[in-house]
Amino acid sequence: MSPRDHLLSSKDMARFVAQGFLRFDELIPKDLCAEAIELFDRNAIQRVKYDHRPLYDCWPGLALREVFALPRVRGIVESLVGPEPQHDHYAIHTVAPQTKKGPNLHQDAEYDVRFEHFDVQVSIFFHDTPREMGGTLFVPGSHFRRVHESQIGRYHNIVGQVPTVCKAGTFVVWHHNLWHAGRSNRTDTMRYMFKVRINPTVKQLRLWDTADLHDPEIEKILGTGQPWYGQEGRLETMNRIRLWRALTGDPSFDIHTWLGRIENRPERIAEETLAAV
Amino acid sequence: MNEAIPAAGKAVRQRLLVLYLGNASPDSPVVAWANYDGTGWPVDEAGECEQPPYPTALAAMRDGWRIVGFPPIHEPLPGREYETGHLHNEFILERLETVDVA
Repeated sequence: MSPRDHLLSSKDMARFVAQGFLRFDELIPKDLCAEAIELFDRNAIQRVKYDHRPLYDCWPGLALREVFALPRVRGIVESLVGPEPQHDHYAIHTVAPQTKKGPNLHQDAEYDVRFEHFDVQVSIFFHDTPREMGGTLFVPGSHFRRVHESQIGRYHNIVGQVPTVCKAGTFVVWHHNLWHAGRSNRTDTMRYMFKVRINPTVKQLRLWDTADLHDPEIEKILGTGQPWYGQEGRLETMNRIRLWRALTGDPSFDIHTWLGRIENRPERIAEETLAAV
Repeated sequence: MNEAIPAAGKAVRQRLLVLYLGNASPDSPVVAWANYDGTGWPVDEAGECEQPPYPTALAAMRDGWRIVGFPPIHEPLPGREYETGHLHNEFILERLETVDVA
């Protein structure tokens, strides 16, 4: 089967727009997981590497190349950033046994004020990651927030936060601005998390399987807030409407008229006004 | 709460509880929080707790915490009314505790 047979649905895309991430449990076959861990254990690849090149040209001859050749993985990545995705950088995140991390909630890199374009980051958990091993914490729905990297480290806990507790082979794809944190490893085993940042090389417009584009469930997904939004829930829904309009190419999409209402600036002169002139 | 001059071998230390609320009123729900404990407990890590320590800042006050930081109501910059960013409504509360010192 080709990657085109494994594209995300519109409902999946709406979940990405709403939450800022999608998680696929045990997506990577166990044999590739074991090969990847073996590479990490013997330091067979650089820990961190930045360069722009085609994603599918990376890691020749290694298990990581095979991971990104899996049709389902390609279908997910290409639904979000399109064909010919570009590698930006990768990092093998390690937390040694019995290592305390402290508070480190952050948004990656520098201010990135792009709105209709976005990169994705992929986190792969190649081994079982129980709660005490400290898998990456994500804050759902935080990806539209303009904050400066680790300034948000002051926040220790946010209602609705999601620590990644998963089985080997779990694959998380997330918006580049999503708030996240590494956590303490209270086990006697090294924790690995492999992360890749991926850039689009095409306009992010209807790249997924749009057969269900008009499913009424989409409006519900996009309109469901997060428990930590408080008074800003409506503002975040407006952000989602704006991104959904861009991704679908439909400038009329709205939820409860929240954007349409503030865009309503009629220029037509009333007949009564004209008659009175 | 003990704010008298501490006895020999004792000292007063500050504990801070930082609560982020759903709106600017102290009786609105806690949406995020952090502890900074000057008595010597280590700083919490991200994502350690599932439930807030109190449902509101007012509930914390009724349990003996004193508000020392009361946030102004957020006023967005003109033209940036629809942007979201840092958490607003940051209430800083303290307790003073007497601890043993060497």
